[in-house]
Amino acid sequence: MFEFSPAEWDAVRLSLKVGFWSVIVSLPVGFAFAYLLARATFPGKALVNAVVHMPLVLPPVVTGFGLLLLFGTQGPAGRFLHDVFGITIAFRWTGAALAAAVMGLPLMVRAMRLSIDAVDRRLETAAATLGAGRWRTFVTITLPLSLPGIVAGAILSFAKSFGEFGATITFVSNIPGETQTLPIAIYSLLQSPTGDAPALRLAILSVIVSVGAILGAEAVERRIARRQDVR
Amino acid sequence: MTLTVDIALRRSTLNIAVSFTAAVGVTALFGASGAGKTSVLNMIAGVLTPTEGRIAAEDAVLFDKSAGISLAPPERRVGYVFQDGRLFPHLSVMRNLTYGYRLVPAAKRYVEPPDVIALLGLGSLLERRPDTLSGGEQQRVAIGRALLTSPRILLLDEPLSSLDAGRKAEIMPYLERLRDSVRVPMIYVSHERAEIARLAARVVHIDAGQVSCVTEGGF
Repeated sequence: MFEFSPAEWDAVRLSLKVGFWSVIVSLPVGFAFAYLLARATFPGKALVNAVVHMPLVLPPVVTGFGLLLLFGTQGPAGRFLHDVFGITIAFRWTGAALAAAVMGLPLMVRAMRLSIDAVDRRLETAAATLGAGRWRTFVTITLPLSLPGIVAGAILSFAKSFGEFGATITFVSNIPGETQTLPIAIYSLLQSPTGDAPALRLAILSVIVSVGAILGAEAVERRIARRQDVR
Repeated sequence: MTLTVDIALRRSTLNIAVSFTAAVGVTALFGASGAGKTSVLNMIAGVLTPTEGRIAAEDAVLFDKSAGISLAPPERRVGYVFQDGRLFPHLSVMRNLTYGYRLVPAAKRYVEPPDVIALLGLGSLLERRPDTLSGGEQQRVAIGRALLTSPRILLLDEPLSSLDAGRKAEIMPYLERLRDSVRVPMIYVSHERAEIARLAARVVHIDAGQVSCVTEGGF
């Protein structure tokens, strides 16, 4: 039952790669949004918040369509990347990573924002009276105290990326070995009369990864919260 | 070293206008809760900006509204012991103590960690984390942490108010040793007559944001 064919392995490997890079790319972006939303006041903040959370509530096919319009070969961002950097992401695995990053961003930002909100700002005032400037205070106080949320957000975003389907298939289609991630492979298998057994194998695997990610996120959070000394 | 304070803060809830000097030793700010004592400390530390006035130590002007001077808190070298301790929960006692110490240029330091650890009896606590300490121990660490920045002035905001009577009695001798061994002005905010009587040489009485009187030689 649990012997994967080379094509299935490809899908698993690709999903892991897409998930990994989507998290790497979205970590700085997600933290910047989370910090801005937690700490800054500026006109249009509600709008920024809404845009970040949009992928959570929009039909994924709409998000994928939007990415296609922006980052497709004819889209403004897509043409810019192609002309300036020689990069094409439409119908490539990198496009799958972008779609996954966008879909995972709301989960990441929510987890990070909660933990930034939980940082006692009086501790930052204390650091300032002890001689620490804003940047040092951020690095030595704010960042380590919000670390549990950062890690949890990264893991949740990874799990989301690993299983993203709608936006990915809309944006980068279904190309085996390039953009056919695990859920897209399951979908393809279900289209064929003999695909039920391998689809089930892959489905069980994705359940294991998802549940593992959630348990992992919680364990890491607990462990960091307990840790004696950050350093 | 003397600190000169002459500041005003206008707020909808309370207008503060105080003027006093603090010499080496303990100057107490005494008054009821809500009289504006903590706001005065916050203005000296630079975490609250006065609407008017001037705050100056002998070697530096910390704030001068008319001259447009307002040093940021990290530049003031004003040690601040908060009412609620505010130890960094993710750092050991030792790393809390040396947090500000490391940021002070060696030439400006007048105390070193071993002296402070001995003075405040912190030797057995260094590896502990703040949440495993008693309230009194936490306040001793907070005092040590502020003192290790070799401050021009040391501000203490009701450091005993969150402690029960037994803990207060335990920490008082440390405060007396601090007063007798550290040669900087200390401003001690409290509404407890007994604490002030034991520690302070001068008492500035604050009533509804104003200095109502100054008594020399304690109560």
